[in-house]
Amino acid sequence: MSGSPYAPHTPAETSEMLAAVGADSLEALFDVPDSVAFDGEFGIDARGERETRREAASLLGRNDDLTEFLGRGHYEHYVPAVVDDLASRSEFLTSYTQYQPEVAQGFLQALFEYQSLLVELTGLGVANCSMYDDATALGEAATLARRVRSVSGDRVLVPEQLRDGKRRVLANYADGPGLSVASYPTADGQVDVDALRETVDEDTAMVYAETPTVRGVVEESLSAVGEVATDNDALFCLGSDPVALALLERPADVGADVVVGDAASLGTGTAYGFGLGMFVTREDYLRQVPGRLVGAGEDADGRRAYTLTLQTREQHIRKERATSNICTNQAWVALRTAIHAAWLGPEGLVDLASDCVTRARDLAAELDDVVGVQAPVHDGHHFREFVARTDQPAPAVVEDLAARGYAVHAVDDHLIQVCATEVTADAEAAFVEAVAEVAG
Amino acid sequence: MKYNQARWTHDDQRYEPLLSEKANREVAVEDTPLPDDLTRDSLELPDPAEPELARHYTRLSQMNYGVDSGPFPLGSCTMKYNPKFTEAISRREDAAVHPDRPDSTLQGTLALCHRLQDYLGRIGGMDAVTLQPPAGAAGEFTGIRIAKAYHEHNGEGERSEVVIPDSAHGTNFATAAMAGYDVVELPSGDDGRVDLAALEAAVGDETAALMLTNPNTLGLFERDIEAIAEVVHDAGGLLYYDGANLNALLGRARPGDMGFDVMHYNVHKTFATPHGGGGPGAGPVGVTEDLAAFLPDPHVRANDGGFEEYTPDRSIGKVHGFYGNWPVLLKTFAYIARLGDEGLADASAKAVLNANYLAERIDYDVPFGPFHHEFVASAAPQDAADAAKRMLDYGVHPPTTKWPEIVDEALMTEPTEAEHKRSLDQLAAAFDAVAAEDDATLASAPERPAARRIDQVAAARDPTLSWHALED
Repeated sequence: MSGSPYAPHTPAETSEMLAAVGADSLEALFDVPDSVAFDGEFGIDARGERETRREAASLLGRNDDLTEFLGRGHYEHYVPAVVDDLASRSEFLTSYTQYQPEVAQGFLQALFEYQSLLVELTGLGVANCSMYDDATALGEAATLARRVRSVSGDRVLVPEQLRDGKRRVLANYADGPGLSVASYPTADGQVDVDALRETVDEDTAMVYAETPTVRGVVEESLSAVGEVATDNDALFCLGSDPVALALLERPADVGADVVVGDAASLGTGTAYGFGLGMFVTREDYLRQVPGRLVGAGEDADGRRAYTLTLQTREQHIRKERATSNICTNQAWVALRTAIHAAWLGPEGLVDLASDCVTRARDLAAELDDVVGVQAPVHDGHHFREFVARTDQPAPAVVEDLAARGYAVHAVDDHLIQVCATEVTADAEAAFVEAVAEVAG
Repeated sequence: MKYNQARWTHDDQRYEPLLSEKANREVAVEDTPLPDDLTRDSLELPDPAEPELARHYTRLSQMNYGVDSGPFPLGSCTMKYNPKFTEAISRREDAAVHPDRPDSTLQGTLALCHRLQDYLGRIGGMDAVTLQPPAGAAGEFTGIRIAKAYHEHNGEGERSEVVIPDSAHGTNFATAAMAGYDVVELPSGDDGRVDLAALEAAVGDETAALMLTNPNTLGLFERDIEAIAEVVHDAGGLLYYDGANLNALLGRARPGDMGFDVMHYNVHKTFATPHGGGGPGAGPVGVTEDLAAFLPDPHVRANDGGFEEYTPDRSIGKVHGFYGNWPVLLKTFAYIARLGDEGLADASAKAVLNANYLAERIDYDVPFGPFHHEFVASAAPQDAADAAKRMLDYGVHPPTTKWPEIVDEALMTEPTEAEHKRSLDQLAAAFDAVAAEDDATLASAPERPAARRIDQVAAARDPTLSWHALED
């Protein structure tokens, strides 16, 4: 087998088809000048299917088998088998964007249900049906702020404690429309509202805050942050995730104009940072929303049917005046999130979120009992994760823990960050012992 | 052939009901480990038992058409067959790692990244490749940010324009604008290709880059590519390759050899990753040696005996919070490894053969040529959108319609290598049956998919975007 195993032509059929198009050979079909023609030798050997699977297994087998107490924006929750099973149905998996809605009702309805989930979680009226991840969704929020606050202001304010990757993606998105990104102070892992008030000015287009914060702290001053933003005619953008939002106060109730975040905390588990950007906003900004929207309408039989809608905002129609360049997005991941949320149901989702709070609190208390460790560093409520101070240098603690089979974040010279969810439950006792061994 | 899609109807008003209409429940949020003033009051969500959930999504899947259902010749979208074994690889438990682990514990993932970077570099003729961008348009953004950083580094940050042919993908225009550039639209020549005289008039001291798809969206190879590269480079601009149509060139020509400085790969188009109803894709970006220092952070390189992440010297920063759409990249790796040199070149050859064969077989007028992987037929005097709706009744997904605008009532068709001759003949029969039908028949189509013709104009007039809005 020297050709593509997925190109099903027999040699006889190839000849017949070549004759039909009046070509002598496959080579003759290529309209490539000799001067730029390539001989096809990439130096990549074809492997059989079994060999390819073995090779991937052999390569990935070099990863150490660690229990990850890692979070900071990428979380592992148990994903029920039904998610993989249903989302893997090939009619979902092998379809394209729903440009022909009559044959794509299934996916459109699933995306409509996903949008509805986000509307329920946030209390805001309009959710798009997926973006890449939390960081790019934040970038899109900044450009939305630029459009809806176009009269004045080019500053985006973010907390000084923010995941570096998020800040740097935002910086890339902000540059094109001429926005600048600046920080406002935080105090003990939360927004320092007075300092924020001092920092905001009439040039501020957007104020971003998140709950839980990057340090895992449940933000207690969201309404005040919203007031500061609104008083200065700036957009209030709130970052969170769907598990946290099941429990925490509704973004609409604290005055959020836009909610962004990573929704992959439901439906995906860890996948080297693979994400699902949430983007939810008020109906006022409907026509400025980036990305795809699914709407309900009617078909010729008068039955409710779903379709992509308001496509005149999008790049394939509006070109350089589009609200975003996003085309291929994360639709299938959104399907997974919707299935996972429905499997949990409202009670299951609230229980899961409550369990995150309890687990982080209890694990922090246990680590605090370890000599040489103080946890949590921040005085507040925590969701899933918390920062601990170690007498030993944090990088050494991280390395020593990795040698013992556990992964945690190094945050600063003597700060580590620990994330606890139901998937780390069985390992927590041994983890605390390991921390005692390396941190004392 | 005629087609009947599964159609689950509930009553005269609805097909399959929303989950919220079957099993919604509101719970009070109380007795939580947080104080009341930090928590919401209640949460209302569907609450089906697992059997009901399974039935709901199975029914929805049956009301959805994918490549595994039948031909899906969406031009410029490259909807090819997706090998099943790649899914199994992407779901390995040892691939499900957190990106913040220490490099020393991630040697498998990093080794695979490094190997894929190398493969993509060879395939594109590029010196360095980042895997970070999570989609093709994100790749465009990355590439244009790199071009901007390069010009700024050379003291030419005042270059403010990106030149884009009128036949280009809409993402090119949106990306250039998003990166802060003014767009200069380049009119196509009479043969559907870049008009060199128009190009010379369009580029100058302001030009940061020309974004070009080759073959272009009409399926035509830009034969003057070397001259095009010279014009752009002489003006001090960079040449950007939109990889959406790379499937047509695998093993026959490489963007790097053609003079392109920076490119993105739509790995979900070229290397067969399922499109998932609109994503995830992935959009790795390749660059020449001169631009390698500007790649996003982190980048993966070999060190003594292993692999590590590092920050390129003049990195543009980050374009994704972590490292992009990793499961998609795993599938890409698996596909490239499975096909190798000969398989990749053969996929390209058969894709080009299939496009030319189908273009020859159908009754609609097909201007321009010769074609690579796709062609644009004209449905005129029929309405292309109506013709497309009627094709749904014949068991095929229609082509991309009404685009590019340079062909009247365009049906932009890309069958891909995965279609067998029998399938192409069936596709041609569907085209021809529709071509012979009258306007009234087309206007009332479709009859056989799950839903009948949907009034998209009415849906946009009064947008209803969630079950909450339906209840209002």
